[in-house]
Amino acid sequence: MTTPAPAFRCDLTLRELRAGIERVQADVEAALGAHGYDEGAKFAMRLALEEAVVNGFRHGNRSDPNKVVFFRADIDGVRAWFEIEDQGPGFDPRTIPDPTEDENLEIPSGRGVMLIKAYMTEVEYVKPGNKLRMTYRKPAA
Amino acid sequence: MAEPFKHISAGKKDGIIRIDFVERNILDELNIHQIGVELAKAIESQTNPKVVVVFGNVEHMSSAAYGTLMKFQERIKVCTGQLRLCEMKPRLYEGFVITKLNRLFTIVEDYQAAVDSFK
Repeated sequence: MTTPAPAFRCDLTLRELRAGIERVQADVEAALGAHGYDEGAKFAMRLALEEAVVNGFRHGNRSDPNKVVFFRADIDGVRAWFEIEDQGPGFDPRTIPDPTEDENLEIPSGRGVMLIKAYMTEVEYVKPGNKLRMTYRKPAA
Repeated sequence: MAEPFKHISAGKKDGIIRIDFVERNILDELNIHQIGVELAKAIESQTNPKVVVVFGNVEHMSSAAYGTLMKFQERIKVCTGQLRLCEMKPRLYEGFVITKLNRLFTIVEDYQAAVDSFK
């Protein structure tokens, strides 16, 4: 019987978009591998994290170089939990037009949040909307 | 069309412009912007262009790239051209289905199917 890998926990302050994403992706990918997540799950979380961190820097912080994004993760063999918090004023996710409606189909924005919701099991914006919590639960074997 | 592109390769054969992405991951906004510039150059001064974008090399693509593809399709339409996307890996295609962009783009299995689909 093998001993399960210890839970992976991290609390990072991301100061720069691309370097921040690469750091997060590398740490998370290693943790997901250690806890037996398959390639489909890794793909889903890679995409969701990319979209979430980009949104934090671009839309939340409005690309202000003096602002940071906080990234927290807690990953074990059952679920992977993430929290991404920017320093912006927040937003109401209900105000994003549904990009899949016929009249919005040609609007190029708004699809990142939709991908996050599609790929993660649970997604929650904490008021005032500058903190995103998302969880991926490993499907039962 | 012998432009030295960094992010795409482009060539014209039998009246069809084939564009391949060089990178596996289309994520970085700066690169995506540059890809948009290169795509526009690839069809510059073409009339009624028939364009096939081949995704065979691509593993990951962020939502920022969707906007670039949408603008590219608009540009092609202005030249009364046609665009086909092909050779998407299932996970990449799934993103287009989730966002319903499969209704906006013509996505086919492979390059030959794209060629055959042109009117």
